[in-house]
Amino acid sequence: MRTYDSSPEEGLASAGRRDFIKSTAVVGGGLVLGFYLPGTSRRAEAAAGSYAPTAWVKIGADNTVTIVCARSEMGQGVYTAMPQLVAEELEVDPHAVKVEIAPPGAVYVNELLGGQITGGSTSVRDGWTKLRQAGAQARMMLVGAAAQTWGVDEASCRAENGVVIHSSGRKLAYGQVAEKAAGLPAPKDVKLKSPGEFKIVGKPIKRLDTPAKVDGTAEFGIDVKLPGMLYASLAQCPVIGGKAAGVDDSKARSMPGVRHVVRIDDGVAVVAESWWQARVARDALQITWDEGKGAALNNRDIMAGIKAAAAGPGAVIKKVGDADAAMGSAVKKVEAAYELPFLAHATMEPMNFTADVKVDRCDLYGPTQFQQLAQGLAAQAAGVPAEKVSLHTPFLGGGFGRRIDVDYIVQAVQISKAAGAPVKLVWTREDDMTHDFYRPMSYHQMSAGLDGQGRPVAMKFQATSPSVTSRLFPSVVSKEGVDPFMTEAAVIPYDIPNLSASSVIHDTGLRVGYWRSVSHAANTFANESFIDELAAAAGKDPYEYRRMLLDKEPRFRNVLDIAARNAGWGQPPPAGRSRGIALMSGYDSYLAEVAEISVARDGGIRVHRVVCAVDPGMMVNPDIVKAQIEGSVVFGLTAALKGEITLQNGRVQQTNFDSYPMLRMNEMPKIDIYLVASGEKPGGTGEPATALIGPAVANAVFAATGKRIRRLPIRAQDLKSA
Amino acid sequence: MLTIRVNGKPQQVDVAPETPLLWVLRDTLAMTGTKYGCGIAQCGACTVHLEGYPIRSCSTPVSLAAGKNITTIEGVGAGGKLHPVQEAWIAEDVPQCGYCQSGQIMSAVALLGKNKNPTDSDIDDAMSGNICRCGTYERIRAAIHRAAKAEGV
Repeated sequence: MRTYDSSPEEGLASAGRRDFIKSTAVVGGGLVLGFYLPGTSRRAEAAAGSYAPTAWVKIGADNTVTIVCARSEMGQGVYTAMPQLVAEELEVDPHAVKVEIAPPGAVYVNELLGGQITGGSTSVRDGWTKLRQAGAQARMMLVGAAAQTWGVDEASCRAENGVVIHSSGRKLAYGQVAEKAAGLPAPKDVKLKSPGEFKIVGKPIKRLDTPAKVDGTAEFGIDVKLPGMLYASLAQCPVIGGKAAGVDDSKARSMPGVRHVVRIDDGVAVVAESWWQARVARDALQITWDEGKGAALNNRDIMAGIKAAAAGPGAVIKKVGDADAAMGSAVKKVEAAYELPFLAHATMEPMNFTADVKVDRCDLYGPTQFQQLAQGLAAQAAGVPAEKVSLHTPFLGGGFGRRIDVDYIVQAVQISKAAGAPVKLVWTREDDMTHDFYRPMSYHQMSAGLDGQGRPVAMKFQATSPSVTSRLFPSVVSKEGVDPFMTEAAVIPYDIPNLSASSVIHDTGLRVGYWRSVSHAANTFANESFIDELAAAAGKDPYEYRRMLLDKEPRFRNVLDIAARNAGWGQPPPAGRSRGIALMSGYDSYLAEVAEISVARDGGIRVHRVVCAVDPGMMVNPDIVKAQIEGSVVFGLTAALKGEITLQNGRVQQTNFDSYPMLRMNEMPKIDIYLVASGEKPGGTGEPATALIGPAVANAVFAATGKRIRRLPIRAQDLKSA
Repeated sequence: MLTIRVNGKPQQVDVAPETPLLWVLRDTLAMTGTKYGCGIAQCGACTVHLEGYPIRSCSTPVSLAAGKNITTIEGVGAGGKLHPVQEAWIAEDVPQCGYCQSGQIMSAVALLGKNKNPTDSDIDDAMSGNICRCGTYERIRAAIHRAAKAEGV
């Protein structure tokens, strides 16, 4: 059992504030260096209450170096990459540091998202300069303290591997000068290393969290155990949004281990001495549900509603030239529409959270991608101020956007409050699958006009779907109705003189959430399928056709060439196999991919090989980048071949991995990744490749069968040999 | 009261006999390395060894394990040392979120226990009951081949 710091005001959060930078001593004579970034506090407060400024580096008198990681580790490698950035300038061995996940705090706000959010493939992009500065400032203060101790000029000292060294050869370890350093003013002018001087950043060092993840000691939210803790299982209405109208809990209350049955906003929870007891007793509850208007939802009607909304004019995303006029004078016109389903996140660790609500405070433990929202809404639910809510983030057993939402956190708080005890709420897999915030269903209408040579002279794009942002961050949706997280990669990179891209937000009644790569996946499927259709209409090779339209886009063209060359494009594929190609940009990274597939007589698809070329700009850890691309291919391929959430009478019909299957070991393609060291500014890599595999495979299916895939997932019955 | 032998140590547990072994390990014995993923033997996150065979502890009543030897991720190494499969996992930097990896490792250890030099096809057969949502399958495959070459497996 881990011992938790139970006070939110302790430690880093208690650090006093100076104007830009502050430093303070912590218990044990160590150094805490923190930043107060102008503007962040205000924004953080606007999001979910007010927070104390915090810090990035702690150095103990025993020379222990702790680096604070402000992003949740959910598999993407921030637990390693963030410390690499700090360690580079701090001059410490990243394998010798301790890493702590940050509590909620204004200083930890993600500048790219305006909240303490892990998402949007932003961690490296947000931390790239900020974290190296944090390391450099701490180092300079430690060097200054050593110079004072010796009575020498700072310029005659340098730092190396956790030690300050004077030109005379004298040495002081960081821990020996940490206390003195804490009393020094923090330097304002910080010179950072140039990329050519990096020793840690850009290197494929081993992940710092791997040892704990191979021996069972890594602690996930579901593993949290507090003294006196009880376990909860929550019955939620089978129709999302429905409420319990009445409950007969007499049988459940009489069952072994059951301590409480409590009603909360989202349902009825059984609280017991073990989770299994709670889970079994939950089945004995007799609940009458008021299912609400969601009970009328059916899949077919939802898509019909989306298509009806799509018939109207959309909000303009981008307009170049006059697409309608150019279309009228085109030699050939091509039209197509693409449909994508609702999807579940299906993190391996089901939703869970542990809450300990007391009269005047609330302590939280569990997996979240959005610490401030968790803290703010937990405070409301607990009835205490936000500063009286502590939040400890263990490892996340996957996130993929699901844990940006905090429904399960509020539930845990309400249950703990009602039960008057620390409670760990654990959802079943069925709860998780049927009460997700689903990746939006979407519909994409495309049209293009080609000239006599088959070159597009005009293209129109319109995407229609529910908007996640309208629910979570409504102020981010423009007054014209454009949701920036619904229109990613909507504007194709190809050189087309007349272009119109628009979108229509249509609420279907089913709640939706951000899902790995967000709208890149939907829009890239439409755009990269459609450009393939244009190549076919023009009688051109799909690679050469794309290449011809990328004269002004060298980074796109480069990854396209690398992927095609390494996939053997232009040479015949192995017997029985076909290739498809696709490209995209997202999160400031550029990617191209070739999928090599075969289609069996029964219509089943086997993906044999995936070649992915990625130009992510400067990288912190190339091996983690590769792992993210590998994982994204699997994630996207699962969706393309298997993923579909459907509704009948408001109930999600997929309940577990038997009805919502995942790609498994025996279905794995070989994945070859080529990283391009372009030296451009860092791009995000946790998500974009997710979006690319669907169109690459769909285009390969066309090459194999002549049948165009315009709806995901790809259905074997549509491809069965006649 | 039932007695199960976990990682060589006899444990008396006072639970209903139909309680899944998984929850006895996790909540009664506080051995949380074994994970809950699906509850219906579809994902393999809960894989442990019962008398050396990989089983899904989420769907195994504890009564079936009474008096038997159970090995979990906490006990798969010997004498304070990691199992060669765990070493290989580190060498290949397999885990991402890590949640499924205890189950993956237990399935891999069981495979190598009966097949010293598995082919890719053998690995497919043995490992396809374990889902990894992060998509670490290729590194798992590489780590199993690496472990097969290492001494002591």
